[in-house]
Amino acid sequence: MAYSDKVLDHYENPRNVGSLDKNDPQVGTGMVGAPACGDVMKLMIKVNDSGIIEDAKFKTYGCGSAIASSSLVTEWLKGRTIEEAYAIKNSEIAEELALPPVKIHCSVLAEDAIKAAVADIKAKQAAKEAA
Amino acid sequence: MQSTSINYFKLFAIAEQFDLDVTTLESNFRKTQSANHPDRFVSAPASEKLVAMQLATLANEAYSVLKSPAKRAKYMLEQHGIDAIAETNTAMPTEFLMQQMEWRERIEDAKMARSITELDEIAGELKLETNLLVNELHELLDIKKDLTSATAVTRKLIFIDKVCADIDQVIEQLDD
Repeated sequence: MAYSDKVLDHYENPRNVGSLDKNDPQVGTGMVGAPACGDVMKLMIKVNDSGIIEDAKFKTYGCGSAIASSSLVTEWLKGRTIEEAYAIKNSEIAEELALPPVKIHCSVLAEDAIKAAVADIKAKQAAKEAA
Repeated sequence: MQSTSINYFKLFAIAEQFDLDVTTLESNFRKTQSANHPDRFVSAPASEKLVAMQLATLANEAYSVLKSPAKRAKYMLEQHGIDAIAETNTAMPTEFLMQQMEWRERIEDAKMARSITELDEIAGELKLETNLLVNELHELLDIKKDLTSATAVTRKLIFIDKVCADIDQVIEQLDD
């Protein structure tokens, strides 16, 4: 299958690959997976006290479209509030990368990874406030 | 094709349960294949030829599904209207995904190091995990009839199958 230029660019030069300190109270982690293709995606975001995402890293095992989707969202996330991050839709990711219909699920995975990371940081913040 | 609605278990006259006897499955599959072999239909009317060909194709498909525990479980859930690998469902237990990541990282390292020994070791761990999940599925599908839990376990098994297939591919590449 032919990948779009944008997918190839992210696949060949993935942005923000790696990890953040998962024990840092400012870091939220989202892990999601798609059994259909065996893809696993880990997304980590570092959120400052004003609720702005300062840094984002990812690690994805999967096809080119899954890697490109996660690479793209790490670029998008930096500088956004967690509310803005939560509002990112998979259709925006699919459109930006010109994903074909059979690869839409890769963008779903990326959207769900963001939501899981945001949920994790919110849980951490709530636990901190309760303490 | 009208034959797609035929139940795979019924096709081979075996009980519709997860814990199946592979020997019976294989022997009944061979019987079906031989009964529908094109050689038997050389002088038969075109309509009979077509039915035999469709049955042979269906038997191939049914056999490949039933002999694989992951595909068998997925098929059994489909019979209950459950799509175990729905693309909209990306939530998996975090520990399981962590373990997946770890296996993937080890496979990548072993590939770099061209270490067949390490790959074999990972394959062995995956085999153990597969056996555990298969036992769980037998209990959940055949005894407890707990389809929700069975779906979660099936998803794990499909994941593990994928990793196993990838390991085989890496070993093949290294052997060349």
